[in-house]
Amino acid sequence: MYAQLVKTDGKGVKPLDEMTPEERVFQQRIDDDQKIEPKDWMPDGYRKNLIRQISQHAHSELVGQLPESNWITRAPTLERKAILLAKVQDEAGHGLYLYCAAETLGISRDQMFDQLHSGKSKYSSIFNYPTLTWADMGAVGWLVDGAAIMNQVPLQRTSYGPYARAMVRICKEESFHQRQGFHIMMKMANGTAAQKRMAQDALNRFWYPSLMMFGPSDKDSVHSAQSMAWKIKINTNDELRQKFVDQTVPQAEYLGLTVPDKDLRWNDETGSYVFTEPDWDEFYAVLAGNGPCNKERLQARVDAWNDGDWFREGLLANAAKRRAKQGEAA
Amino acid sequence: MSESDLSKAELPLWEIFVRGQHGLNHRHVGSLHAADAEMAINNARDVYTRRNEGVSIWAVESSRIAASSPSDKEPLFDPANSKVYRHPSFFDIPDEAGSM
Repeated sequence: MYAQLVKTDGKGVKPLDEMTPEERVFQQRIDDDQKIEPKDWMPDGYRKNLIRQISQHAHSELVGQLPESNWITRAPTLERKAILLAKVQDEAGHGLYLYCAAETLGISRDQMFDQLHSGKSKYSSIFNYPTLTWADMGAVGWLVDGAAIMNQVPLQRTSYGPYARAMVRICKEESFHQRQGFHIMMKMANGTAAQKRMAQDALNRFWYPSLMMFGPSDKDSVHSAQSMAWKIKINTNDELRQKFVDQTVPQAEYLGLTVPDKDLRWNDETGSYVFTEPDWDEFYAVLAGNGPCNKERLQARVDAWNDGDWFREGLLANAAKRRAKQGEAA
Repeated sequence: MSESDLSKAELPLWEIFVRGQHGLNHRHVGSLHAADAEMAINNARDVYTRRNEGVSIWAVESSRIAASSPSDKEPLFDPANSKVYRHPSFFDIPDEAGSM
């Protein structure tokens, strides 16, 4: 998902009898569905893990602006341009909500930016793929935002209060993103033969990278088990991926497009689709920095930050000057 | 502040409160970074009211907010527990007395 591979420091879930009294009270609160707030006591591992997860998520929102901003100046109509602009602005907002949530855990936003820029902190692999045609704007909204919603809706119930509240805001806005994407796909799929080919091509290229968004299978992962005990992860990656496929395949059929998976079939017994797993070697390669656009994406973020340096400096100097003037007047 | 300090300095954190509709209280919606109050209000407009969520914005520098800590919970809030007579339901008033 937006946080695809979050490693914990621990070696799995600590049994109750090995916990300190503080840890036991903390786990009890989580089991009772009480929210943990910034000033509450929390285990170091919980804090560290959350910082990693929320900052990965925030970075993904921020970097996620880049593939779509590529098409703002090339949108086919003024209306589509305004819509795309609003969507990309939302992604910036989502990044900001999440950075603020992470900041309540004792890390600053500038520190998180440093971690992104130095490559220490990751963002979702999906944003390292190029957006080659206008149909990709449809596929990104429909599939990428669709997959994001799948993951984010349960996270509204996550145990950390500021994170849960940020997710509530984000989920409220995310549905617009998916629907505008599907709307683009509807237009393209029902357009000229060339437009329909573009829509099919976009689906072909974004299908497996979208399935990768949920991360590799984690049913045996010690990291996942701890995160689930802490309720900062609610479902396994496989559960969410299955749900996404089950929801999306009928939508592709409605569009008259073909999911690029020869072995895709409905299983009557389980009431769900059987599908081909994405190429996990490709996933690890993209995550390690070797996807088609990794260098370009990260460079764009670093440049934006460095090019804004003089401006941030000016803002602070101006604020200091104003404060000094007010001090004189008082 | 020297020049090198300025380039490394972070924009201060502000807490944002939005009045959703006329007649309601301002409510905390989140925080953001801004150099001064004017920028805080402008950023709050973009970050927290993109869909008509508000009619008024307050911005307060986070460092100016005093907050109780979780360990103060008992001395602050427990005394109220024993004063159930502060609630109207404490008093049994017969139906014959009419609405009250």
